Amino acid sequence: MNALAVHVDGVGLWSPQLGSFAALRAILGGTPVPPPARPAAALLPAGERRRAPESVLLAVEVASQAVTMSGCNPAGLPCVFASSHGDQAIMDYMCATLAATPAELSPTRFHNSVHNAPAGYWTIATGCHASSSAVCAQRASFGAGLLEAASLALADARPVLLVCSDTAGSGPLAEVTGSPSPFGCAMVLSPQPGASTLGRLALHLCPGSIADAPAASAVPADWVAASPSASALPLLALLAQGAGRCRVMAAGSLGMDIHLEECA
Amino acid sequence: MLQPITPLAVTAFTATSALGRGLEAHRLALQDARTGLRANDFSLAPLACWVGRVDGVEQAALPASLAVWECRNNRLAWLGLNQDGFLGAVHAARERYGAARVALLVGTSTASIGTTEEAYRRLDPDGGFPADMLRPPIHAPHSLAGFLAEALGLEGPCLTISTACSSSAKVFASAERMIRLGLVDAALVGGVDTLCESVLFGFNALELVSRAPCRPFDRTRSGISIGEAAGFALIERAEAAPRAPRLLGYGEASDAHHMSTPHPDGLGAELALRDALARAGLEPRQVDYVNLHGTASLKNDEVEAALIGRVFPSGTRASSTKGYTGHTLGAAGILEAVITLLAIRHGLVPGNLGGNEPDPACGPQFAWRNEARSIGVALSNSFGFGGNNACLAFGGAGSGA
Repeated sequence: MNALAVHVDGVGLWSPQLGSFAALRAILGGTPVPPPARPAAALLPAGERRRAPESVLLAVEVASQAVTMSGCNPAGLPCVFASSHGDQAIMDYMCATLAATPAELSPTRFHNSVHNAPAGYWTIATGCHASSSAVCAQRASFGAGLLEAASLALADARPVLLVCSDTAGSGPLAEVTGSPSPFGCAMVLSPQPGASTLGRLALHLCPGSIADAPAASAVPADWVAASPSASALPLLALLAQGAGRCRVMAAGSLGMDIHLEECA
Repeated sequence: MLQPITPLAVTAFTATSALGRGLEAHRLALQDARTGLRANDFSLAPLACWVGRVDGVEQAALPASLAVWECRNNRLAWLGLNQDGFLGAVHAARERYGAARVALLVGTSTASIGTTEEAYRRLDPDGGFPADMLRPPIHAPHSLAGFLAEALGLEGPCLTISTACSSSAKVFASAERMIRLGLVDAALVGGVDTLCESVLFGFNALELVSRAPCRPFDRTRSGISIGEAAGFALIERAEAAPRAPRLLGYGEASDAHHMSTPHPDGLGAELALRDALARAGLEPRQVDYVNLHGTASLKNDEVEAALIGRVFPSGTRASSTKGYTGHTLGAAGILEAVITLLAIRHGLVPGNLGGNEPDPACGPQFAWRNEARSIGVALSNSFGFGGNNACLAFGGAGSGA
């Protein structure tokens, strides 16, 4: 067997064009929405919000949206945070400082540089003692993170929070990371349908295949190309519209077909 | 309530660290209580500290066909793969199950960031990366996994887990889930982290680096020694290898306390440990040995010593092996999993090297010197920044089936 089925109980979204999943629904329905303010991450206590780097604000914002929609208590929700490049502004700062004045490296920026900084801030803010993970898979981070989160939800028979986000490229590093814009999204995945369920995802691994061209989706191709995490957009568009099929990359040479069905 | 898992076979494993290349180098160093730490000779202006550096990485170029992946971290990965017949075991698994039915799940904290650091030291006059550094895949945290997938011809699920110092312990949990759900038939798990300026100066900025060789659980300990390592294991269903050691369980939990300091009561660490015991269907008294996280930081060792004291009877033996290898960060989970498997195989409880004046917080479980005894069940603890905790449970050949 190489298929998994999970239910989507909540969705979060933030990009320079879209401040929420509702904004995506509106745009796909033909209603223009104004560009959003920067990610509020209102769930973080004020002190943490001031200290938190941009990668954390983005991830916490979309995670909060999804968890609120799902009605789940985040304190008991295992979480998987995917990101292809982590916090690029911090990586740029670290490499530039190490090249010039290494002894002046900021301890706070160093501990914020770990790939699991969003998972750390999120679990601290929500009092979550469940498992938390931070993953990546180059341009396939969304699909690989979805596979990991769905596996966890089914193996442990409990809802799981998936977050996939990337900040914009920064400094010389931007030349090699291919992510001109920030993008974040989140989903609460549940093994069973519930009151908040938006739809059921059947995930099917397709060895040797490649992802759909963005043109096949209802969202503009340049939005999808602007961030590695934005490879989630075709699936989010299906969720906004109700049902359908798309394909994402789950690894460098492993496609994953996603069949979204509405739940009765 | 968690259900026990069906134990899985660990059909091959290997490690390369400051103790040397492969299992026999590690067994001998442990048996002789010989550290691999040395005065820091890494980088242009080395910090005054000790490191666990692997000899010969600079001379171990990648095969020409893989040259686009050149960096210290991938060199160490390749060096590690070529020990103990591990490469042959992976090729055999790929033949047996198919390239898409073997998962590749690796942990790393900094991957090849050392190469990105180098690019920043050699920026062009116009401020861009020099031409030889314009290799996007090595400037991403998935560099290690991307390299391994290409080098090994694996085409199944391929994921990097980067949760700081628990990274390459958590890969065992992902592997068990994927095999149980039928997504794959086998998983190559492991991890590699290499010395780089980011971690040396970063931990130094946090005042966590010892000037002397690290002394885990010593009353006068003064911080960590950073090391580098590569380690790998091949996980398959138990039927595939009745005589192989077993992955019996795993636990994962979060502190929800602080980004760089452990929970004062070891809450997340204890949840992970009890989760591992529950999945393994074990009681604490059945555990013969615990390989501790034991970094020699003031806080970690204080919290972990108390945890061992309140969970285990005095017959359970416990030690940190970071006095041998240094703290290999994202590779610590797999390196210490391999040391735990060696302890089971050879009936050797490694002594807690560097603990010359035991911290009074340490109970009778601590093995300060090597002990020869049969080990049927052993655990390995790995805790990371962000309050990220993992615990693995292993058993001897054919146990728990």
